[in-house]
Amino acid sequence: MSSVSFDIEKIALLARLKLTEEEQIRLARQFEGILEHIDQLNQLDTENVEPTSHVLPLQNVFREDEVKQIFEDGKYLPLAPRQDKDHYEVPQII
Amino acid sequence: MHQPTITQARHHLLEKKYSAVELLDAVYKRIDTVDGKVQAYIHLTRDIARQQAEAADKKLAAGEDAPLLGVPIALKDLICMKDTRTTCASHILENFVSPYDATVVQRLKEAGAVLIGKTNMDEFAMGSSNENSWFHVTKNPWDLNRVPGGSSGGSGAAVAANECMAALGSDTGGSIRQPAAFCGITGLKPTYGRVSRFGLVAFASSFDQIGPMTKTAEDAAVLMNVIGGHDPMDSTSANVPLPDFTAALSNDVKGIKIGIPREYFGKGLNADVEKEVQAAIQTLESMGLQTVEVSLPHTEYAVATYYILACAEASANLSRYDGVKYGYRSQHADNLMDMYTNTREEGFGEEVKRRILLGTFVLSSGYYDAYYLKGQKARTLIKQDFEEAFKQCDLMVSPIAPAPAFQLGEKLDDPLQMYLSDIFTISANLAGIPAMSIPCGQSQDNLPIGLQLMGNHFDEATLLNVAHQYQHTTEHHLQHPTI
Repeated sequence: MSSVSFDIEKIALLARLKLTEEEQIRLARQFEGILEHIDQLNQLDTENVEPTSHVLPLQNVFREDEVKQIFEDGKYLPLAPRQDKDHYEVPQII
Repeated sequence: MHQPTITQARHHLLEKKYSAVELLDAVYKRIDTVDGKVQAYIHLTRDIARQQAEAADKKLAAGEDAPLLGVPIALKDLICMKDTRTTCASHILENFVSPYDATVVQRLKEAGAVLIGKTNMDEFAMGSSNENSWFHVTKNPWDLNRVPGGSSGGSGAAVAANECMAALGSDTGGSIRQPAAFCGITGLKPTYGRVSRFGLVAFASSFDQIGPMTKTAEDAAVLMNVIGGHDPMDSTSANVPLPDFTAALSNDVKGIKIGIPREYFGKGLNADVEKEVQAAIQTLESMGLQTVEVSLPHTEYAVATYYILACAEASANLSRYDGVKYGYRSQHADNLMDMYTNTREEGFGEEVKRRILLGTFVLSSGYYDAYYLKGQKARTLIKQDFEEAFKQCDLMVSPIAPAPAFQLGEKLDDPLQMYLSDIFTISANLAGIPAMSIPCGQSQDNLPIGLQLMGNHFDEATLLNVAHQYQHTTEHHLQHPTI
């Protein structure tokens, strides 16, 4: 069993997921096995190893800041589940 | 008429043996006949394809040509095609209509391709069996009780069942190569950065690559010539020259050095897979290639490393599905927080939730160093393994998967077993190298077995060259399932 306790309720909240009780139990059990497997990385000595976030030696990729019409107007707002003339609609915030 | 490769269909179209519309009709007839059983597609784009085929016929009549003029091609349903649905096989994007073309789609259109439909997949490309689709489960055309592999299982099955000439898939941890192996076709995951990801729905951005799934290595080269190359719309696309992959196919392969990574031939390898892969290595030797044993010592850590990093990236990428700008929104929400949580709970399937949760956990305060940073350092070690190995060889060969296609439902309740079945494909994504799958034989119960070729960064040409010459020497790629 993994040495780390997995607080599934807290993680679900961070991930903005509302899990059913049944899902919580099943997923928490599965995470025990997955984390136990992942814990084998502790066998590796990575003291002097640099992390890799990207495989290619990419530096900042810059381009000229030119105004271009890449996307068509009027195509995006209608994709929203709820919208009004020129804005997205969500439940009341305050 | 639906049997030809891209290359053969191109000859037939230019010789006016049939028209692009006739070819399209034949492919749709084939889909109408067999897709009820295979279920490779999520939706077909009949009207658009018909217009493209008619336009192709006009160009052909006028004596014009383009690399894919009139050729019917399918797209995995996470690649955006303007004014058609891109569902990612998810409830949350079930009705999403793309407002623009992915760069690869734009390039296929410019090359004259006829885009016939969107293929099934594991939801958001998360899975190895196609069983995680919101819509339906694609079946393996060789045995309808078995999985086609995943996550590009719909594309693999569609090519194998002759429901298209070729398809595009995407590969984050083996999602092109494993279904290609399970379905007995050819699949190539290009070098990270070789093909633009603009318009590809993101799963794990530092791993995802689009690639061809075809009947032959020659067809894969034809497609790579069209879809490869730098794209200013994708800042991670590599600005390096694109060779002519078809020109390299006929290069002499004598003297090319193939490395055999010993860690890929250990316990747990199915006997039929071992036998056919070893036979393929002997064939390559008989073709004049040299073999040398190499070592990739950190292989056993690849699955753990991958699931930390890919899930972390996925948890960030999938945070955009919040029910505001597009996609599904829960009807049960009185406040903003409930709208987010209910939308995501109802919209995502279980495997997607599992990976979002795991990714959120490894990035969360207190665990970041122990998991995410540790994973990034392990990735460095795995990448260095390949750098060392490629000092001794030009490419490496191995099995694609420990066993041929498994039964539907066999691994569905055990996510860790499903993850571990990706052991031979995941490292190529961690290292960013190109890798492909070609058919190399069949198991005793007539299931296809795939051979993996792994190359050095940006050396797809050598992979395609060796694969093409192997297919010139053998007939494994000519075997078709009977449906």
